[in-house]
Parts: sequence; C-alpha cells; structure tokens
Amino acid sequence: MPGQVMPGQAMAGQGMSEQGMSGDGGRLDRRQAVRTLLADRGDILVVTGLGSPSYDVFDAGDHDGNFYLWGAMGGAAIVGLGLALAQPSRPVVVVTGDGEQIMGTGALMTVAMAAPGNLTLVVLDNGHYGETGMQVSHSGLGVRLDRVARACGFEDTVDIADEDGLAAYRPHLARTSGGPRFARVRIASGHVERALPPRDGVFLKNRMRGHLGLPVS
Amino acid sequence: MTAASPHAASEAGPDWPRDIYRVLREAGVTQASYVPDAGHAQLIRSLHEDREVRTTVLTTEEEGIALSAGAWLGGARAVLLMQSSGVGNCINMLSLASICRFPFLTLVTMRGEWAEFNPWQVPMGRGTPAALEAMGVTLLRLERPEEAGEVVAAAAALAFDGDQQVAVLISQRMLGRKKWVEAK
Repeated sequence: MPGQVMPGQAMAGQGMSEQGMSGDGGRLDRRQAVRTLLADRGDILVVTGLGSPSYDVFDAGDHDGNFYLWGAMGGAAIVGLGLALAQPSRPVVVVTGDGEQIMGTGALMTVAMAAPGNLTLVVLDNGHYGETGMQVSHSGLGVRLDRVARACGFEDTVDIADEDGLAAYRPHLARTSGGPRFARVRIASGHVERALPPRDGVFLKNRMRGHLGLPVS
Repeated sequence: MTAASPHAASEAGPDWPRDIYRVLREAGVTQASYVPDAGHAQLIRSLHEDREVRTTVLTTEEEGIALSAGAWLGGARAVLLMQSSGVGNCINMLSLASICRFPFLTLVTMRGEWAEFNPWQVPMGRGTPAALEAMGVTLLRLERPEEAGEVVAAAAALAFDGDQQVAVLISQRMLGRKKWVEAK
C-alpha cells in the first residue's frame, strides 16, 4: 500500500538475485517461518495448498480452523476466497507454495478483483516443486510472484526474506480489512521431514464448519 | 426486470432466466461465480443487481469449484455459471468437491449440440456429459423454458440438501441460435 513500509523492502543487498532464486535461493526455514506467522493466531482461518505447505501448517499446530488441501492443485487461493467472502469477520490466510500458486496464476486476478479485505495469500517460495523431486519452478527460473500479484491488482504485496520480515508482517494476517494481501516468503529448498495432517476431506470440511458454528448436513 | 426488458431478448418464450434467479435465491444461494456466456447474460445481470449476492468473475471455470468449496466451508451456498466449453477446464478440480463431498451446483449452457455454427464448439459440447459424469457429477437436463425453475430448484436441493455435485445442462435448442450475421 502507498506509504507503507514493506518488510520486503529490506531485501535488496542480501545476496538475493534480482532475477529470482536461481542463484543462492531463500534462507528461511519453512517450518520456523510458518510457526512465526501463525504464532498466537487468534481467530485466523487457514487454507493450505497441497504438499509441503500443508505439512508446514500442520507442524505449526493442528487447529479446527485449518483446512488442508491434499490435491486440487491451483485451487488453494480460491478456496480461501470463497471462505473469506462467506466469513468477512474472520481473517483468512492461504498458505501455499510457488508451484501451487503458479498453477492457479489466474486466481491472483480473481482474488484481486473480488477484493476481500480479510484475505492474505502467503506463498512459501523455494523456487522448486518439492513434492515431486525438486524440479525448478517458474519462480526458480526468475518469475517474481509478488510482482505478478501486484500486476494482477494486489496493492499490498511484500517480499520477505528473513525472520525480522516475518515478525513484522505477522500482525497483518489477523486483519479483516485492507486486503487482499500477498506475501512471498523466500524459504530454503532443503529437505524437511513430512508432517502429515488428516487426509479425510469430509472430516476436514465438517471440522471447519463445526469450528464456525455451522451445522453438519 | 421483466420479460419486457430490452435485454431479455428471449426467443424461448417464458422468462426462464428470471425463474432460475428466483429459485437460486429461494435455495439460499448468496455467492455466484461465472465465466461469461451469452446464454447466462440475463441471469448474471440479475445476480449482479442483487446486493445480497456476491458475484465473482473467474479467469477459468475450475476456479468456481474451489470458490464453491470455500463458500460452503464458511456457511454460504454458491452457484457456478459456465458454458459447456468450460467443463473440460474443471476436471481435476472436481476432485475437491468429490472427495470432500462438497455440495456443488453448476448451470451449464450447452454449445455444439443444436444447430451449431462453430465446429470448434462441438467436441467439448459432445464430451460435456461424459466429462462431468466421469467425476461423479449428477446431470439434470433442462430442455424446456417453462421447466427452468423446477429443474434448477431440484438441482439445488440435491446439491445443498443431498450433499451432491450437480450440473444442470441447459440445452442449446432452448437457448436459441446465436446470430452470426447481422440482420440487414
């Protein structure tokens, strides 16, 4: 947003390639990054993209307000949009990866134009497809997803590379206005042990609805 | 808006888009998403004019499946409007509705099945029922404008009360021929 100090502005000169992460890559530990972002989460609802982001959010602490995707690649941001529009008084955070978001690139336009004030997209960006053998993604080849988001209409975008940036950004996730926000979080691409959340979609659906006080059909 | 609206341009007799709008609202639908189609134009206008309905324009039809899922998670009922050429874009995302048993309602205007001028519309039009059924979506056919309200109401009940994924295929014959050449 105009005038706002972006945590990501501290990025320059930290050894990151302007062209993306084909050089030395991100440094943040993904598990610690998500733990930092979701610490004292309050009434935040979380939707996760398939693969490692689901594991990261589960590892940070399972919660009835978490909905983990195990498939539907490219759909995480829009599931979050539907939830955010239905629950405007609750902050909604989508935590996904660069590959998942790239498959749903058009969703960045859809979310930006729908303009839900209570939605934040957090893309854990290691420039690779981690679940399938660490093949380089478009992000790893140089596409800057935060810039794509801005071009799609997000006015509040940040590029976060360190723990200070994460800590500074964390309060924004709890906001129910001023969105949609887009945060690119530069994480390291090293292997992390899987932490497996429940896979039963009906259970996860009804758990979220129960958390919101909605009836099970 | 009445049937006398200059926008209605209904060659099909009864004001069926208005009937569909009415039963969607009676079914509690408060979110609507779409990739535009001429056959849905009046319904899209009606939904936009309703301040109780949140409308979302999509870049591709599969987004509407994810949006409907998110809406249901948050306690809202959604409908997705598209034309048959968009059904092919939805295949994998329908996994989400299937495996989580999300209620899902879509209204599909058919192309390529009746007096089609554009051959490029034919393959996906022909493949639409099989593609939806392959992913477990129940099909209801809407062939006659006077049945529009009844069919869509039944589809909404099956989706939202019966926890099913349901598509109403609106026949191209009912929609009327697209005019490709301006009348002199």
